[in-house]
Amino acid sequence: MSKIRIATTSLAGCFGCHMSILDIDEKLFDLAAVAEFDRSPITDIKQCGPCDIGIVEGGVCNAENVEVLREFRRHCKVLIACGACAITGGIPALRNGVPLVECMAEAYLDGIGTENPSRTVPNDPELPLLLNRVHPIQEVVRIDHFLPGCPPPAEAIWQAISDLLAGREPTLSYTQLHYD
Amino acid sequence: MADGTITIDGQTVPFTEGQTIMQAAEAAGVYIAHLCHHPEFRPHGSCKLCTVKAGGRHVAACTAPASDGLEVENESEELAAGRRALLQLLFVEGNHYCPFCERSGNCQLQALAYRYGMVEPHFPHFYPQREVDASHPDVVLERNRCILCALCVRASRDVDGKHVFDIVGRGIHARLAVNSASGRLADTDLAPGDRALEVCPVGAIIVRGRGFAVPIGERLYDHRPINEIGNRVPESEQ
Amino acid sequence: MESLDDEGVVLRVGEVAARHGDDPHRLVQILRDVQAALHHVPAAALDGLAQRLGLARVQVEGVATFYSHLSATARGHYHFLFSDGYTDRMLGREALVEQLCAALGVERGVPSADGRVTIEDTACTGLCDQGPAGLVNGRPLSGLGPMRIETIAGLVKLGVPVDEWPQELFDVADNIHRRDLLLAGPIQSGDGVRAVLERGAEATLAEVERAGLRGRGGAGFPTARKWGFCRQAEADERVVACNADEGEPGTFKDRVLLHTQPDLVFEGMTVCARVIGARRGLVYLRGEYAFLREPLEAVLAERRRQGLLGKAILGAEGFDFDIEIHLGAGAYICGEESAMIESLEGHRGTPRIRPPFPVVSGYLGLPTVVDNVESFAAAGAIAAHGGDWFCACGTAESTGTKLLSVAGDCARPGIYEFPFGVTVAEVLEACGGSGARAVQVGGPSGTCIGQTEFSRRIAFEDLATGGAFTVFGPGRDMVEVALHHSRFFAHESCGFCTPCRVGTSVLAQGLERIARGGAGRADLEPLKQLSGVMRSMSHCGLGMTAANPFMQTLERFPEDYEERLAGDDVMPAFDLDAALAEARALSGRDDAHAHLEQRHG
Repeated sequence: MSKIRIATTSLAGCFGCHMSILDIDEKLFDLAAVAEFDRSPITDIKQCGPCDIGIVEGGVCNAENVEVLREFRRHCKVLIACGACAITGGIPALRNGVPLVECMAEAYLDGIGTENPSRTVPNDPELPLLLNRVHPIQEVVRIDHFLPGCPPPAEAIWQAISDLLAGREPTLSYTQLHYD
Repeated sequence: MADGTITIDGQTVPFTEGQTIMQAAEAAGVYIAHLCHHPEFRPHGSCKLCTVKAGGRHVAACTAPASDGLEVENESEELAAGRRALLQLLFVEGNHYCPFCERSGNCQLQALAYRYGMVEPHFPHFYPQREVDASHPDVVLERNRCILCALCVRASRDVDGKHVFDIVGRGIHARLAVNSASGRLADTDLAPGDRALEVCPVGAIIVRGRGFAVPIGERLYDHRPINEIGNRVPESEQ
Repeated sequence: MESLDDEGVVLRVGEVAARHGDDPHRLVQILRDVQAALHHVPAAALDGLAQRLGLARVQVEGVATFYSHLSATARGHYHFLFSDGYTDRMLGREALVEQLCAALGVERGVPSADGRVTIEDTACTGLCDQGPAGLVNGRPLSGLGPMRIETIAGLVKLGVPVDEWPQELFDVADNIHRRDLLLAGPIQSGDGVRAVLERGAEATLAEVERAGLRGRGGAGFPTARKWGFCRQAEADERVVACNADEGEPGTFKDRVLLHTQPDLVFEGMTVCARVIGARRGLVYLRGEYAFLREPLEAVLAERRRQGLLGKAILGAEGFDFDIEIHLGAGAYICGEESAMIESLEGHRGTPRIRPPFPVVSGYLGLPTVVDNVESFAAAGAIAAHGGDWFCACGTAESTGTKLLSVAGDCARPGIYEFPFGVTVAEVLEACGGSGARAVQVGGPSGTCIGQTEFSRRIAFEDLATGGAFTVFGPGRDMVEVALHHSRFFAHESCGFCTPCRVGTSVLAQGLERIARGGAGRADLEPLKQLSGVMRSMSHCGLGMTAANPFMQTLERFPEDYEERLAGDDVMPAFDLDAALAEARALSGRDDAHAHLEQRHG
């Protein structure tokens, strides 16, 4: 039997959810027995190929996030929103109450320790352009399953993956469902 | 209307004349989901979380009178789905960031969302611009988390006799305002010990200095659901 | 414009409050007068009124911020409110608003630089049969067209006070095209009151019951039963309240009744007063109909002179009853009877918890009959002519006639009084609207039907209606209609309960996405589910019916939705490329990576 393929990525997130994935500890061995990783910080593969499961951490805050998210949606049969930021925008969405022009000024012009004699906002096409607001990923593409939490507990992540491996609908118990 | 009994999901529950379905349920230890209801205050009926089917009609349990023989449906799949939708509406209407909220784990909105298995907000977020009022030395008013249940309004007006809070504006622009020309909490006569400080079901009214007395993970609703524990504001119980 | 410092404001609002006896229950009336005097309700007015009326400032603020006709910032000396009913749109109101804005150099919703002019949109002003319409300083403008707008712009530029504008600008037509029981043979004023005195209260109630009269606001509650409950309620005092808050978009028959048959309406109120034993009568007139106040006051004065109001009416000892007119201040929700009572008491128009119903505990806690203008008119006629006269007309379950406010795509918009049971097709035939694609019966909160249902009848047992009959001709886009009305409900939600407060906004946003082609089929599901939750869990009729325009047009005109849906999947909930615009401007970038396609590649 061929192994299932899993891809993971962090958009506007802190990689805390990825740390929680690693926190499944010895179950990583169980996972490695049946699954292999496609694009993921674990593999350093840069482009997502056809996958069974995609796990997305973080919300969308810029154009690149949207493109990566779409890449995941295109290639993953099942897409999981992992963590508070993916589902609600989370901490990065705190900037939604601040006009973008002020965010940029703080980052590039007026922030303490900033030295920017040209007093311009960078315009390098390599830099992803910011959306005026941070959004959760289900506001951009269809999401199949959600794992709330900051981060979701490792047990919840393992629960969801093992449910999917067993062909079940992922279901979280009361203590696995947390927003904080 | 005299005393009698109703049934809630088949369980017989007695009531006395004048009681609402909610009051009868509370007296019998039957939990009906709610946020704006509080046994000490006049029924309000705005959050609609307590919507039940009584005699085949949808009614708010906190305002609908009990009547003899009334058959009440409380925990059906249909009502659970409706309540989940109401919770999702409340979440997207405000800015509810549980990960850094002092009330997380003790929050009744969050607890009900856990109870009804809400894993995502379902509707697009509004991300409204709301004012945080940190002017008061003892209290922070965090409007981002306010769900307009008006419990603080009722507590301040009816118990404290102060009318510090009220709802102003209309529709989706309704917001919690305070009773001062400056619009600042510091300029009202709110004071420590006011009942209004101890009724907020969410993290909108935060008394300074006690936010993290109990660590996250060991809080009221972290391990047991709200239907077993009831709606409580544990900080004020210490 | 006169500008006052805070002290001046407090003095001025003190004078206004004094004219209202410093009665906190008159707060809405007081705030209306403050708005009229100062062109807004400034912060200092809140303090002044709170002190003067013994209310908390935040409470006054709550009321002042509830009503659309009250504003915290100054409105112009010339304050235009353009009716934004869908029928006004069909008649081209958008271009006219733009024309006036351009002519006066004013941005819509923003006071002119000198503060003299404000131009704003408002919900349907009840002149749908003669739109595009609007209000200037509360006075009605109808039949607007490019010429009239030019005239108006000229008058404003010359600084001519609105009171000196040519009267024809303010003419409001009755446009009655079919008369029946109520409009064909009006009774002599006093006939109803004399009849109730001769027959007695109980026998009159029996006549109303025999007539089978049901509430004309649309709900159809049996009037005699309502009066009977109120009569039986234990109290020393009872109240008769006439609901003239005709806010349902597309409805204007109460305006015409109050203009052409005010005596009949007051007759009915007086009959009701005799039946239930009330001394106090209130008319809650929607703020948009303020221009009717003066003529109505004159009719009331005449009736007092004739002994038909006041102490010992027609010499009957102990039959004391008088009527007072209250004005609304721009809130559709106040058409809901308990919200109307709240507003009459000087509060925010939040619908009450029921029970208790108004017949048990209404205005100031007193047993109160709240009936629609047309119900009172019918009651007045029934008192004079008897119940059999009335129920000979109509159907078994819906006796008598119904005044229909016909507007939209038809040759002869206006008022049609038909016996209940008339089919939609017959009304369309009469008004020259045959060939219509859709008819909205009862306004956006009512029922929107297509051609296959035009054989249905106007009756409580089939198509219940408060009176609106809005015709949409071939080629009308029903998604646009639904979007417009969803926005209306979101604007008018009182904000009290969760499903309506949040749900109406979510629904309006969802329809906006659909209308601009930004939604996929999967995006419809959450909106359908939400509609069900709003219907079953809302506090009052507004929330319960606010999803009707969406659900009904989706069901009956699915092709209008189909052609817009961008595939089966969900689409982004926001405009991706527009969301990059600000960053593009800040960085000066316009390369390929600085843009996003809305559709998933």
